[in-house]
Amino acid sequence: MSIPAFPVGPVPRHRGCGVAVVGDDIDTDRIIPARYLKCVSFTGLAEGVFADDRREQAGAHPFDRPEHQGASVLVVNGNFGCGSSREHAPQALMRWGIRAVIGHSFAEIFFGNCLALGIPCLSLGKAEAQALQAAIAADPSAELLVDVEGLQVGLGTASWPLQLAAGPHQMLVSGQWDGTSQLVAHDPELRATAARLPYLTGFGA
Amino acid sequence: MSAGTLFDKVWELHRVADLPGGSTQLFIGLHLIHEVTSPQAFAALSDLGLTVRHPERTVATVDHIVPTTSQARPFADPLAEEMLATLEANCAAHGILLHGLGSGRQGIVHVIAPELGLTQPGMTVACGDSHTSTHGAFGAIAFGIGTSQVRDVLASQSLAMTKLKVRRIWVEGELQNGVYAKDLILHIIRTLGVKGGVGYAHEFAGPTIEALTMEERMTLCNMAIEGGARVGYVNPDSTTFAYLQGRPHAPSGAAWDQAVAWWSALASDPDASFDDEVRFDAAVIAPTVTWGITPGQGIGVDETVPTLEQTPPDERPLAEEAYRYMDLAPGSPIAGLPVDVCFIGSCTNGRLSDLREAAAVARGRQVAPGLRAFVVPGSEQVAAEAEAEGLDAVFRAAGFEWRQPGCSMCLAMNPDRLEGRQISASSSNRNFKGRQGSASGRTLLMSPAMVAAAAVTGQVTDVRPLIS
Repeated sequence: MSIPAFPVGPVPRHRGCGVAVVGDDIDTDRIIPARYLKCVSFTGLAEGVFADDRREQAGAHPFDRPEHQGASVLVVNGNFGCGSSREHAPQALMRWGIRAVIGHSFAEIFFGNCLALGIPCLSLGKAEAQALQAAIAADPSAELLVDVEGLQVGLGTASWPLQLAAGPHQMLVSGQWDGTSQLVAHDPELRATAARLPYLTGFGA
Repeated sequence: MSAGTLFDKVWELHRVADLPGGSTQLFIGLHLIHEVTSPQAFAALSDLGLTVRHPERTVATVDHIVPTTSQARPFADPLAEEMLATLEANCAAHGILLHGLGSGRQGIVHVIAPELGLTQPGMTVACGDSHTSTHGAFGAIAFGIGTSQVRDVLASQSLAMTKLKVRRIWVEGELQNGVYAKDLILHIIRTLGVKGGVGYAHEFAGPTIEALTMEERMTLCNMAIEGGARVGYVNPDSTTFAYLQGRPHAPSGAAWDQAVAWWSALASDPDASFDDEVRFDAAVIAPTVTWGITPGQGIGVDETVPTLEQTPPDERPLAEEAYRYMDLAPGSPIAGLPVDVCFIGSCTNGRLSDLREAAAVARGRQVAPGLRAFVVPGSEQVAAEAEAEGLDAVFRAAGFEWRQPGCSMCLAMNPDRLEGRQISASSSNRNFKGRQGSASGRTLLMSPAMVAAAAVTGQVTDVRPLIS
């Protein structure tokens, strides 16, 4: 199964099959155990995604089920990605093939790490997340249409409204989620800020 | 300056620009890096043809991957060696100060920055590590970031951030003898839940907080993230200033008085308004122990594992998962549960006062037969101070191993790890499944004194009678 290209530029929508990982408070140690962090490059991280859970479930984990191979939309529940700030978690998901995450709620650092890779984390109600997971289970081959710009996800004839804060929404839709150049471009503003911080100027003494 | 919170004041001072869609470009006053989350950031910087904008505002150390037995180079683990060698090369290439092994200043990044006086009130602090919230103990706004954001800070000394709301957590009442800042934060997380703080900065305030030492405030803010709050902070006061004065990177001479005046003015104003407020009574808190697989699954040492009926319906699936994983029956007491491994250390509880409290329990007692217990100082400086007081001798005489500084068994990136279904009493911060290096290993979070009590009795034990 070939992995789709990593996100580049605007992310107004995404179309792909879904894979549900059920449970609240799934932390980044579970998304990628720490032993996989012993690396100086993100390249090989796909093999570590959910490694311990997958080993424990011996083939029954959604990421190992044949019907979910090639899926690109991860559907989760509450507080997904809590714990460690490791960007290795979204990197591993992205390298496995995930291009959008939909769930009831996300931990903040995980959300920001996904945004920095061009992967939207879109929220919906608790019951709606469960309904979407059930719909994926009922027909794993059906494609989800994730409308980032219009903030809804469709599956067959059903659709659910999604939520995304205005800032990240704008960044994804406009393609400015990879914002390093934008930050660097504010050189005069950066200089002005540094100049007014007393701890950078010896407290005026 | 109009009435506001410290968070609002520091945010405004560091606002570089407003970004499209409503986020803020925020200047970062202090950037801390380590070997795990920085190598890919330096590589990305190079790919973009950029350089480090303010190398003098970034400070590096090595902590996650270092062995705590022999720290001789090269490390036995070639992957760990490559990570440290890469950090050394990146710091050398970009002119970044690295506090390396044997420098006298190496240690866990959240231990060394405060002890060197790098962390100061009113700063914004970022580091590729979620426990960066620790630095909020000084009245800094400090938060963990991912590797792409490490790249952004290296390139621009700034970050795109969405402003947080502020919740004041007001604590009154005196902590009982044998109850520590660790118990307080475990109690707060137990009450508000592991996602209670999402979207908020937590301001810890009130008489109980004002009475805490800086090391206790660091323990408290360290675990703000375990309650979902990316930022936790305490307003700077005379305790903060007394801690900072004379430290290597703290202002001195005439600058000191100017600094104190500036820092004092940044504290939240008495009539500041908060988006939310929650109150706690510290006097009712018992030594607290986690029984499950999130830091929110905590109970007093004199309580029993909650039954499903005692658990809110939303949390029942997680409770059932925890019963299975931990092999604990609902309704069973946590006191008396045998443990296999006892770990004292980490960025939460690896400071000198933590080691003193644990040593007070260990002194004159013996580690229970068949149990492995070890103490890992948070930094080379903590190790030196502890050894000067003879704490290492106290621990060794009691049968503990005395190790070299590092993150050790808090996470599984170095040789210190659980094996199989071992159960540990740990002064660290996370009891997630597999966190301590075995996919089926089990972790009970508690204070360092409680870990020492577990070590000398072989089971979860209320420390209070042992120190009366």
